[in-house]
Amino acid sequence: MASANVLAGDQLTRTREGIGERTLRPDGTLKVSGEFAYSSDLWAEDMLWGATCRSPHPSARIRSIDTSAARAVPGVVAVLTHEDVPGRKTYGLEEPDQPVLAWDLVRYQGEPVAIVAADHPATAREAARRIVVDYEVLEPLVDPDEALDASARALHPAGNVVRHLSIRHGSVEEHAGTADVVVRGEYEIGMQDQAMLGPESGLAVPDGDGGVHLYIATQWLHQDLNQVAASLGLEQDMVRLTQAGIGGAFGGREDLSMQIHACLLALHTDRAVKMSYSREESFFGHVHRHPARMRYEHGATTDGRLVYVKARLVLDGGAYASTSRSVCLVSGTFAVGPYECPNAEIDAYAVYTNNPPCGAMRGFGAVQVCFGYEAQMDKLAAAVGLDPLEIRRRNAMRTGGLMPTGQPVVGPAPVEEVLRHLQETPMPEQLPGDGERLDQRELPGGVANVTRGEGLRRGVGYAVSIKNIGFCEGYDDYSTARVRLWASHGEPIAEVHTAACEVGQGLVTIHAQIARTELGVRRALVRPADTTVGNAGSSSASRQTVITGGAVKAACEAVRERVLELARERLDGDVEADDLILEDCYVASRSRGPLMPLADLLGEQVIVEEREWRPRPTLPLDENGQGDVHAMIAFAAHRAVVDVDVELGLVRVVELTAVQDVGKALNPLAVEGQIEGGTAQGMGLALMEEIRVQGGRILNPSFTDYLIPTIVDMPPVRVEILELAQPDSPYGVNGVGEPPMISSGPAVMAALRAATGRELAHVPARPEHLAGLSGELSWR
Amino acid sequence: MRLECVVNGEPRDVAGVRESESLLQVLRERMKLPGAKNACEQGECGSCSVFLDGKLVCSCLVLAGQAEGAEIVTIEGLADGDALSPLQEAFIETGAVQCGFCTPGFILAAHDLLQRQPSPSDAEIREALAGNLCRCTGYAKIIEAVRVAADRMTT
Repeated sequence: MASANVLAGDQLTRTREGIGERTLRPDGTLKVSGEFAYSSDLWAEDMLWGATCRSPHPSARIRSIDTSAARAVPGVVAVLTHEDVPGRKTYGLEEPDQPVLAWDLVRYQGEPVAIVAADHPATAREAARRIVVDYEVLEPLVDPDEALDASARALHPAGNVVRHLSIRHGSVEEHAGTADVVVRGEYEIGMQDQAMLGPESGLAVPDGDGGVHLYIATQWLHQDLNQVAASLGLEQDMVRLTQAGIGGAFGGREDLSMQIHACLLALHTDRAVKMSYSREESFFGHVHRHPARMRYEHGATTDGRLVYVKARLVLDGGAYASTSRSVCLVSGTFAVGPYECPNAEIDAYAVYTNNPPCGAMRGFGAVQVCFGYEAQMDKLAAAVGLDPLEIRRRNAMRTGGLMPTGQPVVGPAPVEEVLRHLQETPMPEQLPGDGERLDQRELPGGVANVTRGEGLRRGVGYAVSIKNIGFCEGYDDYSTARVRLWASHGEPIAEVHTAACEVGQGLVTIHAQIARTELGVRRALVRPADTTVGNAGSSSASRQTVITGGAVKAACEAVRERVLELARERLDGDVEADDLILEDCYVASRSRGPLMPLADLLGEQVIVEEREWRPRPTLPLDENGQGDVHAMIAFAAHRAVVDVDVELGLVRVVELTAVQDVGKALNPLAVEGQIEGGTAQGMGLALMEEIRVQGGRILNPSFTDYLIPTIVDMPPVRVEILELAQPDSPYGVNGVGEPPMISSGPAVMAALRAATGRELAHVPARPEHLAGLSGELSWR
Repeated sequence: MRLECVVNGEPRDVAGVRESESLLQVLRERMKLPGAKNACEQGECGSCSVFLDGKLVCSCLVLAGQAEGAEIVTIEGLADGDALSPLQEAFIETGAVQCGFCTPGFILAAHDLLQRQPSPSDAEIREALAGNLCRCTGYAKIIEAVRVAADRMTT
């Protein structure tokens, strides 16, 4: 071990806690001692509490709003409606179609209509309840297929189609006749919730000069700033955002929730205002994963090679656009999966309905289609008599292979490799057979079970995912980093400043690791993210480690150049320029070892550099859905082993195996955490997670009724990490966060089908589906 | 309403508490101890766990008045001065902390377990922590953290 860390003849050791190491989180101590300040923990002298009055109806016309009873509640300081929004009255990530506060129409249950500030949270909530809104209740439009119909009532001026993406690759018409085998399937994916544990919350503080400072849990500070400033009618330099501690995000913090509301109340009252949603309100306060209806047709030769794929995908975007356009793009472009297919005809629709708005959630459109194409691959395998691994291997995407958009995968495409790893992973033991003693905890249903395992069947399933990393379709994706280097008390210190949001994924650890590696320092600090530094883009699309990581690396390299320049001057040309390095707090020569302490060289100087970094540019699609729309592509795969009690419809997941190519594991501990956590969320979607919506109303807005996996539900997860370097990426890294979420659920569904022999067209699979007691698809 | 109790070994006396406030709200908003978290406020997630007279409770389900005269220990009271407890150390080292919002509740629930059962099996760890939700980690590293801490505390 030691020899690998000693450089230049025993005199110089490698900088510790740099990239590739299992470095621990810098915020760990605060988080385990309860002292980390989350957005719901903030407090200011004399602050007020905000509350929101929301529409109880999924579709209604507002005749009038009477706030007088609310204003009369002692302790209430302000009650605001749409009339009090001084700037743009709507907001939205891709299209500003969502009212800050509703006027005229409400389009979903829970839509904000008015806001209150009071001296106590209970007072604010009570006042919000006393706002009298006179609604003319309208029939909600809740079926996405009906919404697509030209005769349907238009929920927005431009109609109900947010996007129709049409992809024509090769020619299905010409080649369909050459397919020996055709399999068809219809699949339905339920609405998943991010269920981040930290509620939507923040603190808005008036700055005394007409501006406002918002401390907020968000995924994208600058996009929040754009939207908040526009609706406040303020110049952007009057609005400052600082990231507050974030209790998970998973896409749920990409859209605004209480940001504009808190700022409006703070500016109106000239006092600090805190807002923090309850869990029930949170279910109405953020967008969810799009439910999807998918119709697939796969044609193949007798030896299982794909000839064509036809897919029709309908994504229910709910009442407002949010990121539906982009989700639709991702669903459509990955509808065939990580397989090469010469002919494809894909139509993906995102539509408006009066259901809860849907937008970003981890996996972002790639999740829904993975359930579809992987179920189809299993059907195809059965039809041609191949096993599930072999059919996938025969069609596996390879480097240079074309996606249905005609775009080649330029980086690694290790589909065959991940399949081989899954095949080589040993199977877990079977439960003991009849007559032997069973541990009730190891049966489906656990200690609550009422059988002794009589109806037990084991199933094994596989799934592979494909997903873009970074923004698409020609969006100028970039990030900014400012790096400062100075010496204090004989020790060099690097400080990284970006606007990239640490949502739990460990970005702060990675930034410090990059600074240590590039600048050879021991102490690397990460400043809180805020809008006093350039845009970092969103903590989404698995992009921050790659793109903000790239910016941090570039800024560090610029600082290092200046340091080495100083060193060359000081050494008076006594050393070859490319022989100089920074390592373990020394300026050193590769061949001769340490030359001088870095702190001595720096003296009183502070070196600051700022850089932007961009991944490979992308292009929009043409009218046939062809074009290089994606920057980087990532792959992951899962094997699921389940035991199902086919009489009771109960499931125990015995084991999950995840294999993922991450390019380079900058922090293996954090990578494992992402893979294990993503795997759990995917399993949750397959087994239990669904927001049940009836007539536009959410039936289960609580953790009592919306279930996420507990520690008892979660089986052991084997994690296999591949490191195949991405081209044109810092250290060869690829995005990590989303891929494990995508293939985990489909592998569980495949295992459930294998165990039950049932179609299981609806995700999540409910006990009544597993026991064969009810139909599955909502439309038939 | 006035509330007198002992929190993390210190006598506390808070005036002006509303009868409807939960112990969680009083800890967070009136005593400035935000370590107990407000994730669901309906007893489903365990994030607000504290010890009430030695018993692990969801403080969101306890009315502030029920804590009158009680001894309460929160996550802020678990470390011995600057020295983190073995469980706190193990949670950091094993990567059991990501966003960290569930972490105080998990650590207190695990602390409760290790007081009862110093060498728990994995099944016992799962059972003891079944009332706590984590959305980030997938739980593998939380189980590992409890194992590591149990080993250190018994050897």
